[in-house]
Amino acid sequence: MAEAKKEHQLIVSVSPHIKSEETTSRIMWSVNASLLPAIVMGAYFFGPRAVITVAISIIAAVLSEYIFQKALKRKVTVTDGSVFLTGLLLGMNLPPSVPFYIPIIGSFVAVVITKQLFGGLGFNVFNPALIGRAFLLISFPRLMTIWKEPSAAFLHLDAKTTATPLGILKEEGVAKLMEVFGDKINLYTQLFVGHRAGSIGETSAIALLIGAVFLLYRGYISWHIPVSFLGTAAIIAWIFGGKGALFAGDPIVHLLSGGMLLGAFFMATDYVTCPSVKKGQILFGIGCGFLTMLIRLKGGYPEGVMFAILIMNCFSPLIDRGFKTKVFGAIKRTKEIKK
Amino acid sequence: MAAQTGKVNYIELITNGIIKENTIFKLALSLCPSIAVTNNLKNGVLMGVAVLFVQVMVNITISLMRKIIHPRIRLPIFMLVISGWVTITDMSMAAAVPDVYKQMGLYIQLIVAFASILARAEMFASKNRIAPSMADGIGMGIGFLFALTVISFFRELIGKGSVWGMPIVHTKPLLIMILPAGGFFAVGILMAFFNWIDVKFFKKGASAHH
Repeated sequence: MAEAKKEHQLIVSVSPHIKSEETTSRIMWSVNASLLPAIVMGAYFFGPRAVITVAISIIAAVLSEYIFQKALKRKVTVTDGSVFLTGLLLGMNLPPSVPFYIPIIGSFVAVVITKQLFGGLGFNVFNPALIGRAFLLISFPRLMTIWKEPSAAFLHLDAKTTATPLGILKEEGVAKLMEVFGDKINLYTQLFVGHRAGSIGETSAIALLIGAVFLLYRGYISWHIPVSFLGTAAIIAWIFGGKGALFAGDPIVHLLSGGMLLGAFFMATDYVTCPSVKKGQILFGIGCGFLTMLIRLKGGYPEGVMFAILIMNCFSPLIDRGFKTKVFGAIKRTKEIKK
Repeated sequence: MAAQTGKVNYIELITNGIIKENTIFKLALSLCPSIAVTNNLKNGVLMGVAVLFVQVMVNITISLMRKIIHPRIRLPIFMLVISGWVTITDMSMAAAVPDVYKQMGLYIQLIVAFASILARAEMFASKNRIAPSMADGIGMGIGFLFALTVISFFRELIGKGSVWGMPIVHTKPLLIMILPAGGFFAVGILMAFFNWIDVKFFKKGASAHH
C-alpha cells in the first residue's frame, strides 16, 4: 500500500499549470549569449589581456559556487548559467588592466558572500556582480580606476592609460572632451562604436544594443526598466548637465558613456533583484536614473550606475509591496473591522 | 537562578558569558561598538577592557544595592550607576592613554547605552548576591573582550596587513575591511563561524530541541 502510494504521488501546486519551454538555465544562457558582441568589441579594443581577465572572473565565479555548494552539501547548480553570468558581468565591469587576483577576489565576494550566504539563486538581495565590483572599487581604489587607452591593433602591447569620457567631463568639463575627440559627430561615433577608455564590456554601445534587442525580442527582459532608467537619466542630463544654464546638457554623451547601457539593459533587469510588478519596475528605473545622474553630476565618483542600481535593489521588496496588484474580489480588511 | 539554591557554580557562570551567551556572537547585542571601534586590534582590546571593567563594577554595585532599590524606579537607578562607572572609565582612559582616547572617546561614553550591561544588571545582578554577580560580570565582560579581539584582529590583518600596528603581510590589503562596511562583513562571518562550531561540536542534535 505504502509503495503504491509513493508511485502515484500527485503534486498539486499553485496555478498557473501551463508548462513552458523556458527554464531558468535557458534564459540565463541566452543572456550570456547576448553579451557576446560586447565581449568581442572589448577584446578588439583592449586586447587579449581583457579576455583573460573576463575568463578568470568567470572561472573563479563558477569554482567558488561549486566549492561552496560541495562544502555545504547543497545541490550543485553551476550549470544553470546564472553563476557564469555573474562572473561574466563582473569581468565586463572591470578595467582592462587590473592584476589577475582582482577578478578572483571580486568573484568570490560576488558568489559566496552576496549570493550563496543569502541562500543561493533567487534569494540574494543585491546584484552579485555589482556587489563584487563595489567591493573591489572600495578595496582597491587606485587599481580599479586605471583606464587603458583603447587601440584597434589587437596585439598592441605598450599600453597607455587615459581618462574615461566621464572622468574628463567631471574633472575638466565639456570643452576638454571636445578637444580630445575632435568634433561632436566624431565624439558620438567613437562612443557609439566603443572606441573609448572604460571597463572591458561597457564601452561599445552598438554591441550592447544588439544584445539588448535580442533579449527584448525574446521577451527575456521587458522595456519598463531600461526605458525609464535611460529616459530619466537623459532628461536630468539635458536639464542639469550643462554648465551655468539649465537645459544645456548633452544627454547623448551621458547615455553612451560609463556603464549606463550595460547597467540599464543587463544589470538593473536582473530577475532576482528588481521588482516583479511592471508599474514598480518603472519606479525602479526612474530611481536608478535619478541616482545615477545625482552621483555623476554632484557626487564624488565620475560614474554612478553601480551604486544607483545597488541602492535601488534594496528598495525592490518595498516597491513590490507598494504596487501589489489587487486580488480579484477581495474586500478591504478595514471595512470589516469597522462594522 | 543560582542564588536561590545556595550552591553556586562559578565556573559555569563565567563560561556562560563567554560561550553560551556571548554578547556579540550569540545575543547580537552591542553591535555598534563592535563595528565602529574594531578597525584595529589596539582599539578593540582597549574597548573590550573598558566594557569588562564597567560590567563587573556595575554588577557589583547593583548587587550591593539590590535590597534598597524600589522596583518601580529600578531602571533609572541602573542607568545612574552605569553612567557613574562609565564616567570613571572615560576619565581614567583620557588621562592614561590620551592618543587612543582621541580616536575612541565617543564610543567609551556610549558604553552607557549598551544593552548588554543594562540587561545583566536587570536580569542577574539585581537578583543575586555579590559573588555570583561579579562572576557573571567577569564572564560577560571577557566574552565581549574576546569577541572584540577576534573581530579587530581579523579586520586589522586583512584591512591593513598588520597586527597591533606592526606590519605583517606585505601584499595589498583589502581596504574595505577597515571601513564600516567591512565591519559588518567581519561580524557576520565570525558570527556564522562560531554558531557553526557550536552546532557542530557542542550541541549534537541541537535542531531536535527547537
